[in-house]
Amino acid sequence: MNQQPQNDLTRQGVVLTTVEDLYNWGRKNSLWPLQFGLACCAIEMIAASMARFDIARFGAEVFRPSPRQADLMIVSGTITKKMAPQVVRLFNQMPEPKYVIAMGSCAISGGPFRDGYNVLQGIDLYLPVDIYIPGCPPRPEALLEGLIHLQQKIAGQRLTGPERPRHLDANAPGEFPVPEFGPHDLVGPRLHEDA
Amino acid sequence: MQTPEQIKDRILAAFPDAQVEVIPNGSPASQPSLLLAPTQARQIAKFLRDDPALRFDYASNATGVDWPEKTVKEKVKRKKVVDGVENETEELVERKTPAFLEAVYHLYSMALGRGPLVIRLRTANRADNAALPSLTPIWRSCEFQEREIFDLFGIFFQGHPDLRRILMWDNFVDHPMRKDYVPADAAEVLP
Repeated sequence: MNQQPQNDLTRQGVVLTTVEDLYNWGRKNSLWPLQFGLACCAIEMIAASMARFDIARFGAEVFRPSPRQADLMIVSGTITKKMAPQVVRLFNQMPEPKYVIAMGSCAISGGPFRDGYNVLQGIDLYLPVDIYIPGCPPRPEALLEGLIHLQQKIAGQRLTGPERPRHLDANAPGEFPVPEFGPHDLVGPRLHEDA
Repeated sequence: MQTPEQIKDRILAAFPDAQVEVIPNGSPASQPSLLLAPTQARQIAKFLRDDPALRFDYASNATGVDWPEKTVKEKVKRKKVVDGVENETEELVERKTPAFLEAVYHLYSMALGRGPLVIRLRTANRADNAALPSLTPIWRSCEFQEREIFDLFGIFFQGHPDLRRILMWDNFVDHPMRKDYVPADAAEVLP
């Protein structure tokens, strides 16, 4: 729609928009993160939610202690192999639409602990990560930057067609396979094989 | 402050047949430790705790060490008789040290304000006979730490009240802190 007639109407007190814009506007401005932290990145996440950095400015201050009420999983810290099934299970318990931010080197790839015997080499082996935030740990500004990028990604999503989000696609997976404990390592299907 | 030598003498006075060895430490810390025989360890540990002059009532730390088989080259002097003349020659001899696992305990005396005293226990080998007596009945604080040693090094503590894995999952079979352990996903390490 043209911007000029829309502005004229706005001056008259009439707002015109599309369902898609309204829907995405609502989704992107009320991203409620799941309240959990895995390691030191969680401290930066907590700092981001406090008055100095104030993640509330972006509508994401409502950290929910239950996955049933959360939209956004911020994987903040090292994922041990023993913890990985629980993280995937929590994500499966969140209702769609839902998003994943991999915060920090450890959540992205295992980071400095990649060679450790109990460290998962990136949460993207099991979860569909939307935004990667590098850093060790990333500063709160970096987390806010990542959140803004996620909002832009949501705002740009089309609700129909092949690019539509997962929850509007009947063929997209609703649940992600939970890894199981094997005798030497986690076993079970992964989203991709490591190069 | 009693030195490990003095403590060793005190142990020998109480248990004349005890096998106690003072292991020197070549590092800058130069903190010598006492090597105890596993069969007598429980008795001697109880003595270290209860003896009025020692009173090591607090085990602050228990940890494991893996000593794999090593080849040591040593120079050995030998006498040879060549054409009726006795010559002394040096020969390089390779010797293999046996492989074993070690449990190390750091003891303090809260009552007397002393410590640490380091005691060590050695297993017979790293494979089928990696068992040691548990010192948890003497010092409660060893319970979780001996579970950790069991989990990561594979030392079986006999007499431990609850010997389960503590960090890895229950059906995990390896012992990750052993020197010969290779992580299952090691091939996936980035170049």
